[in-house]
Amino acid sequence: MTETETPLVDPAAIERTLATALARGGEFAEVFVEDRRSTGISLDDRRVEELASGRDRGAGIRVVVGETTGFAHTADLSERGLLAAAEAAAAVARSGGPGVRTVALEGRDVPSPSTVGSAPESVPKATKVELLQRADETARAASGSIVQVSAGYGDSRRRILVANSDGLLVGDDQVRTRFSVMCVASGDTGMQTGYESLALTVGFELFDRFAVEDTARQAAGRALAKLAARPAPSGVVPVVIKSGTGGILFHEACGHGLEADHIVKDASAYRGRVGQLVASPLVTLVDDGTYSDQWGSSAIDDEGKAAQRNVLIHDGVLTDYMWDFLRARKEGRSSSGNGRRQSYQHLPMVRMTNTYLLAGKDDPDEIVAQTPYGVYVAKLGGGQVNTATGDFVFGMTEAYLIENGRITEPLRDANLIGNGPDVLSKIDAVGNDFDMCPGTCGKDGQSVPVGCGQPTLRVTGVTVGGTAGA
Amino acid sequence: MPELLDLAKRIADSARPGEEVEAYVSRHRDTDIRVYQGDVESLSSAESAGIGVRVVSGGRQGFAYVGNLDENLAREALEEARDNAGFASPDENVGLATPDGVAAQPLELWRDTLASFPTADKIALALDLEARVRAGDPRIRQVVSTDYGDGQAESAVATSTGIAVASRRTNCYLSADVVAGAGDDTQTGVGYTVGRAPDELDVAEAAGDAIERATRLLGAKKPKSARLDVVLDRRVTATLLAILSGTLSGEEVAKGRSLFAGRLGEEVATTSITLVDDPTNPLAFGATVYDAEGLACRRNALVESGRLSGFLYDTYSARLAGTVSTASAVRAGFKSTPGVGARALSLVPGDVDQEAMIAGIGNGLLVQEVSGVHSGVNRVSGDFSVGAEGLLIRDGALAEPVREITIASTLQRMLLHVLAVGSDIEWLPGVASGVSLAIADVAMSGS
Repeated sequence: MTETETPLVDPAAIERTLATALARGGEFAEVFVEDRRSTGISLDDRRVEELASGRDRGAGIRVVVGETTGFAHTADLSERGLLAAAEAAAAVARSGGPGVRTVALEGRDVPSPSTVGSAPESVPKATKVELLQRADETARAASGSIVQVSAGYGDSRRRILVANSDGLLVGDDQVRTRFSVMCVASGDTGMQTGYESLALTVGFELFDRFAVEDTARQAAGRALAKLAARPAPSGVVPVVIKSGTGGILFHEACGHGLEADHIVKDASAYRGRVGQLVASPLVTLVDDGTYSDQWGSSAIDDEGKAAQRNVLIHDGVLTDYMWDFLRARKEGRSSSGNGRRQSYQHLPMVRMTNTYLLAGKDDPDEIVAQTPYGVYVAKLGGGQVNTATGDFVFGMTEAYLIENGRITEPLRDANLIGNGPDVLSKIDAVGNDFDMCPGTCGKDGQSVPVGCGQPTLRVTGVTVGGTAGA
Repeated sequence: MPELLDLAKRIADSARPGEEVEAYVSRHRDTDIRVYQGDVESLSSAESAGIGVRVVSGGRQGFAYVGNLDENLAREALEEARDNAGFASPDENVGLATPDGVAAQPLELWRDTLASFPTADKIALALDLEARVRAGDPRIRQVVSTDYGDGQAESAVATSTGIAVASRRTNCYLSADVVAGAGDDTQTGVGYTVGRAPDELDVAEAAGDAIERATRLLGAKKPKSARLDVVLDRRVTATLLAILSGTLSGEEVAKGRSLFAGRLGEEVATTSITLVDDPTNPLAFGATVYDAEGLACRRNALVESGRLSGFLYDTYSARLAGTVSTASAVRAGFKSTPGVGARALSLVPGDVDQEAMIAGIGNGLLVQEVSGVHSGVNRVSGDFSVGAEGLLIRDGALAEPVREITIASTLQRMLLHVLAVGSDIEWLPGVASGVSLAIADVAMSGS
């Protein structure tokens, strides 16, 4: 996006701030400026409960001395505020300064992979509210068994500016829009829930591309289907995962384990395995911050590095890890554009952007047809991994039994558990379809928007954590 | 702190006729230190503050916040909140808290010693913990990170309906994230210690905890699936209680999203279960004098001897349910409006320690850690399925470690199948205390 507004901070003031940050002997200094405006609207229990708007702006300053990083942040973007934060961040340099270093910044432009057709801030609030009401009506109309609906709308505009002592000066303007619906259905067997969301790094035209009615129907359908659900099996069974949300499997099973901070600290099951077969040869996995409009996309990462498309696993062979500035610097290589942070109040670290498995050759219907018995997972709801051991869980929120090559009865929610390298080696079919889904990834107390994606695929055996005999 | 309350009052006093205004102001000073291999990896020290403004007018609520204490920006937020209120659906139950006559319990949650504790000594604490963990057991392969963190939090709430309160608290912690290894085998463990000031931290305990948790799972295998009795370790029980508290929210109940809706007075658990939320207990990590709407916190009994005896309410959900607030309003910070939440849950302890409990169940599983709680527990249906690791129990004693399993049941069943509540209560970070808890007939999924 073209920057039409005034710069967040005067570049000359940033140069002086960087010089102050380096004055006590820092080897590297960085100023990260952020200005974020957001709107959130919630509907619950048939009522538009609340419209909330927020404004956050401030700067985070870090200074690196040897292996040590000093960090401070301020909500005061005046030069006085910036200099005070720079002094605080520089305090980690205990040895005293080697003199004055000046920094000359050179502005750069990095084009955004995403387009904003209709800036959310220019859309009337009433128009946003109406989306929620339409979703509520549609979900309730799906069935008399839908007893509760909540829906949420959100948009945000995040302008960032990154400058560092290498002379970098680069900015980005990130607009994100999201919508979600949660339904509760009630029946003879108790209550069940269904959830669906839309989220892209685009403006209000999100709703030209997708109808909120479809989102509402999907959420309602998911809750209704589960009213007749039986307990999921307990034990190891073949699992077919529908394209889309199954990308969470890769995010958890190997994505986190390929983050360089875990690698350099010997806290990943994938350490020392570049060049080795770590997955089925059907697996080619990519992390791609340049994927147009996706939830994890941006022009630059939060360290000012242009977003990249990085192949992590090619035909089952581990090709590279994901890197941020600090971890890459230590290894004498360049960042892969994976340095991200929740806000100016946080230090950046290695994070995924949009992580997805490339499509294969199999017909998705055939994959099911050729599975005599198993579980078909239509939607996953999240997961967690222990990167050091590789053990991970992910939850299914819409699943069915597969019997004699056909999708039959719906199953109640359960987690699946597996070990990353083991599960990746057991992928024996990859579909020729593909879909992405948005998510929020939490790591070390920081949340960032990410995308996940995959074609329909089959794993020959995963432990399904239900209560029924497998 | 008077300036926070004064600012909140000035904003609240700007209410127009027929309008209610609430200002919530908070300020944090935080220090976070991470050490690695005997050196400081990162040191962050910062102050952050902001104000959130709620406006209620004609049964409609609007909200806006600004991450700053600038009064002009706060007034802009007030205008924005006013504008936002116009788009909400009217509801007679919407409104701000009013003083309810319950006296505030004085709690000493602030330690002056925290602010005067030198940064160099904080670093030394973290380095000491890392060194103790490394030296503590030859099987410790890596101390991935050792963290010291502390915070001084101050907040004030004022409303045009007569609320004007301020409170403050300090906290600090030390934690170590550890990898143990023997051959190809790798296991992890986290140990920590928490307090309100550094002199309340127990470095040796955190080190011992991290080492024991990481090493006792070495050699863990995936067992065959089975139905068995389990003993939940204290931290796991605290996690379970935090999940349960979501189902005891009066708002979720009133909106038909709780498995306990319409069941007040019914027997929902074995008689050994008495669950209370008591933020006035100074031992609780989540202890606090006032709730997020400015009412004095109080002790709320939720389950008494197995019988469902109450729900948690904030002002809105109480009006929705035709009752009064239990002062259970919580907020994530100045950026959000209040919602209902627990702060200091605990089960009334029983009279057996964990060892006796293990002996008592004979054969089963000690669950040391659970994972995937947010993806595997459905608070509406009650379906419960989480990743787990721990040690099998055979002939009344701990046997071999197991990993890559799930344990599954439903929240409803688990409460009705409690075999014993431990005597080993421990106050933990978060909203709940832990006790060992024995539960019958859970599905363990393995190979």
